[in-house]
Amino acid sequence: MKTWLAALIMGVALSATALSDMALAAIEAHEFASDAELARYRHLADILRCPKCQNQNIAESNSPIAADLRAEVRRMLAAGHSDQQIIQFMVERYGDFVLYQPPFDVRTILLWLGPAGLLMAGAVMLGSRVARARRARSAAAPLTETECQRLAQLLRSTDTRRK
Amino acid sequence: MIPELGVLSLGLALGLAAVQASLPLAGARLNAPRWMALAGPAAWGQFVFLTAAFAILAHAFLSDDFSVAYVARNSNSALPWYYKLSAVWGAHEGSLLLWAWMLAAWTCAVCMGSRKLPRTLRARVIAVMGMISVGFVLFLIATSNPFVRLLPETPPDGNDLNPLLQDLGLIFHPPMLYMGYVGFSVAFAFAIGALLDGHIDAAWARWSRPWTLVAWAFLGSGIALGSWWAYYELGWGSWWFWDPVENASFMPWLVGTALIHSLAATEKRGVFKSWTVLLAIAAFSLSLLGTFLVRSGVLTSVHAFATDPTRGVFILCFLLLVVGGSLALYAFRAPAISSRVPFSALSRETLLLVNNLLLSVAAAMILLGTLYPLLLDALSGAKLSVGPPYFNTLFIPLMAVLMAATAVGVVARWKYTDGRWMVRMLWPSLMVCLILASGAAVLAPSSPWAVGGVCLLATFIMAGGLRDIADKCRHLSPGLWLSRGLPALGRSYWGMQLAHAGLAVCALGIVLNSVGSIERDLRMGPGDAIELGGYRFVFEGTVGHVGPNYTAERGQVSVWRGDRPAAVLHPEKRVYHVQQAPMTEAGIQAGLTRDLFIALGEPLGGGAWAVRVHIKPFVRWIWIGALMMALGGLVAAADRRYRRAPRHPAAARTLAQVP
Amino acid sequence: MKTLLRILPLILFLAIAVLLYRGLYLDPTHLPSALVGKPFPEFSLPALDEPARRLTRADILGRPALVNVWATWCPSCRQEHPVLNRLAQAGVVIHGVNYKDDRSTAQRWLRSLHDPYRLNIEDAAGTLGLDLGVYGAPETFVIDAHGVVRDKYIGVIDDAVWRERLEPLYTTLLEEARP
Repeated sequence: MKTWLAALIMGVALSATALSDMALAAIEAHEFASDAELARYRHLADILRCPKCQNQNIAESNSPIAADLRAEVRRMLAAGHSDQQIIQFMVERYGDFVLYQPPFDVRTILLWLGPAGLLMAGAVMLGSRVARARRARSAAAPLTETECQRLAQLLRSTDTRRK
Repeated sequence: MIPELGVLSLGLALGLAAVQASLPLAGARLNAPRWMALAGPAAWGQFVFLTAAFAILAHAFLSDDFSVAYVARNSNSALPWYYKLSAVWGAHEGSLLLWAWMLAAWTCAVCMGSRKLPRTLRARVIAVMGMISVGFVLFLIATSNPFVRLLPETPPDGNDLNPLLQDLGLIFHPPMLYMGYVGFSVAFAFAIGALLDGHIDAAWARWSRPWTLVAWAFLGSGIALGSWWAYYELGWGSWWFWDPVENASFMPWLVGTALIHSLAATEKRGVFKSWTVLLAIAAFSLSLLGTFLVRSGVLTSVHAFATDPTRGVFILCFLLLVVGGSLALYAFRAPAISSRVPFSALSRETLLLVNNLLLSVAAAMILLGTLYPLLLDALSGAKLSVGPPYFNTLFIPLMAVLMAATAVGVVARWKYTDGRWMVRMLWPSLMVCLILASGAAVLAPSSPWAVGGVCLLATFIMAGGLRDIADKCRHLSPGLWLSRGLPALGRSYWGMQLAHAGLAVCALGIVLNSVGSIERDLRMGPGDAIELGGYRFVFEGTVGHVGPNYTAERGQVSVWRGDRPAAVLHPEKRVYHVQQAPMTEAGIQAGLTRDLFIALGEPLGGGAWAVRVHIKPFVRWIWIGALMMALGGLVAAADRRYRRAPRHPAAARTLAQVP
Repeated sequence: MKTLLRILPLILFLAIAVLLYRGLYLDPTHLPSALVGKPFPEFSLPALDEPARRLTRADILGRPALVNVWATWCPSCRQEHPVLNRLAQAGVVIHGVNYKDDRSTAQRWLRSLHDPYRLNIEDAAGTLGLDLGVYGAPETFVIDAHGVVRDKYIGVIDDAVWRERLEPLYTTLLEEARP
């Protein structure tokens, strides 16, 4: 009973710490050589994932590894590397997991092309549905005699209501 | 003693839910009026007992009864009373109880509002909602009992509510979301009822529509509330991350939007019947799927509740029964409810199909992106991440096309629209919008195409809407069209215009904010200032401050525009006593055209702090737009024709006969 | 065709349900190493016990080994330390990477808890850790005689982990290395 209680409280405390990392914004004061470099840093920090956190980018996470990775990005930017080189550096060490933009390769064809394919398939079905409806409209037979009379009757009864 | 009564109440609720789920359904099949009549009383009984259970749990929180494990985990004696109350739904077990209670409440509302329905349909609808209730209450009792006791070793005090949840926004966010999720169960129940009945008529759509609109409105406002909360609470001013749990709430909303449009077509023209039924099943299925994703640990998310595979298995079985069962029923019975109603290529029907296609593909894309890491992991063990770069790239073009279709669709007529007439209607508005958009693009600090594009689409929607109002008023009441025409347009119409305008406002807010945001992270000591975006921010140092259950460093930043003071902001860095969790409270000055946003980072010694200064243009428009959409839904649901019986008996008979 | 379209939603849902069921028993936080199959990164860092001596990649080549990333601020490392001691006494070659730590604290720690490491690399700045894709101690790499990383285990090594996962691999590598 005691162990269960202890585990419970520990579990909550741990999950609480995980969540509270989130609340501590990773705000650091750094100098950048130019506005362009600052913008690149922001962009990279937004698309690189913190390897240890519960789905946060390194810009938002306050865990030590996120701070280390941010420092490394700054170092590489200052050293003149391109965005692609920095991303490549991170992926070589941490795997594709660390990038929020999935690569476009054999594994992710379904991911990147699936929605477009779905849209096209849907458009085809939509087109055939509309074509069918159009045909039905032009093929609609004119009213029969009984139907005409009934129509007149209905219109008269609703007209009396309006008055 | 009292918490045990809570468990007893749950058990009784389960029993009544089981009765509600089974007997009326059998009664509808066997045409046994007395069994069908049990639906209402069973639903009310279930509601009474669930209310009792909820009240007992709330009482446990308010009276600091830490012998109840759930209270011990989520409350503390120093917690303000309103947070103690919201802590009832602050974690898994209590939030499930809220779900079940809301479902019972909606069922009772449906009971009251559906007295004029054919008896069999009414019995089936309430029975289906009863089946869902059985699932949730059983889940509660079997795996997530909120009344588990910690005896005899009762802790002296509780673990405190997660500081992130100690906030006004988060008091209302879950209940609003659940109102939406649960509300879609009504549309779902109507769809199943129709499939079981074997026919659908325009009246069915007329009955379903208001329920669906209200659910959609609540879900939308719940999502907007969550986004707004993330913006001011999390400290870096972002409002959407495409996190799996966020996606889990967004997907049902997208499908729900498609559903309300499809229902309109089914009601007015008797068209798209089986597609509407499928959408209703999909909307609720996605709500249930969201419940699964959040509580099972399958996906990583900052939002996820504490996870447990046993719970995951239970929900999955529930999903299989409900969703699998309904889709199987659809596969068998869909032909019975199909319709072949003619319409021409240029018509409102076609444009609504386009709307449905775009929204469905968007929802499918989000589902694909959310589940893809799991798929790859299960198939090959490879790990990759799908995040904002993917979702933004695919979502934005779809929404752009949707906005264009919206502008045209409002003006299009049912069944047949003359192309030339429509061009005549719209091209002056389009010209004006092009000029406005070009102007905006020229003035834009960056990304002129994005700014111009969204301005064009947004103004086109609003201009098209105004054009349609003018056109309809002139026809309704030539000559006196403003004073006579405007009031004659029903609430349903005004709801639509309001919601579409909300879409335009929201889109403008999103794009203009992401293009025009200016931010700086810098070191500021007392007296330091920075010029940014035409404002001067002066950091005046921090003072200590003690709250009810936290200690804080409260900063003061005065903001100047030229010589005039614009604002005084108070960003805070709090440490909550019990959980020792540090929290950032940003200092925000909200404005219609821009927000000023300051957050404190780390203290850097000597009274200096790392400070984030942010100017966020038009960010409020995002939530104002979302609220306009939700309000539009509510206004449309309040349309009198949903509550008024048809005036002429002949008309009622004819309505019932429409194929 | 129409029948197919009607059954399609059900089939898609069942596929998703199967995927979700599989997902319940996968761990989304488990991250395989990007370095498996690649050579251990090059480095030039001081040895923990002899700061004047510089260790490089060449020093850990020659025989299969475990490379254990550890630190005194890491409570789990303390938990796994007795196991490492036992393995070292049984003859398993274990090298250490002292990750972002303080030298004197680390040396004191090893003196009181015993030192299972053949070589101990002092990675005070964490540069080697970054090159290894480390994101939290303890992490253990298994390298072969040529210095190629063959496996990475994240977490505390206990007897079960050694027996089921690391020992079979280590034995295989030893046999490979035998001339």
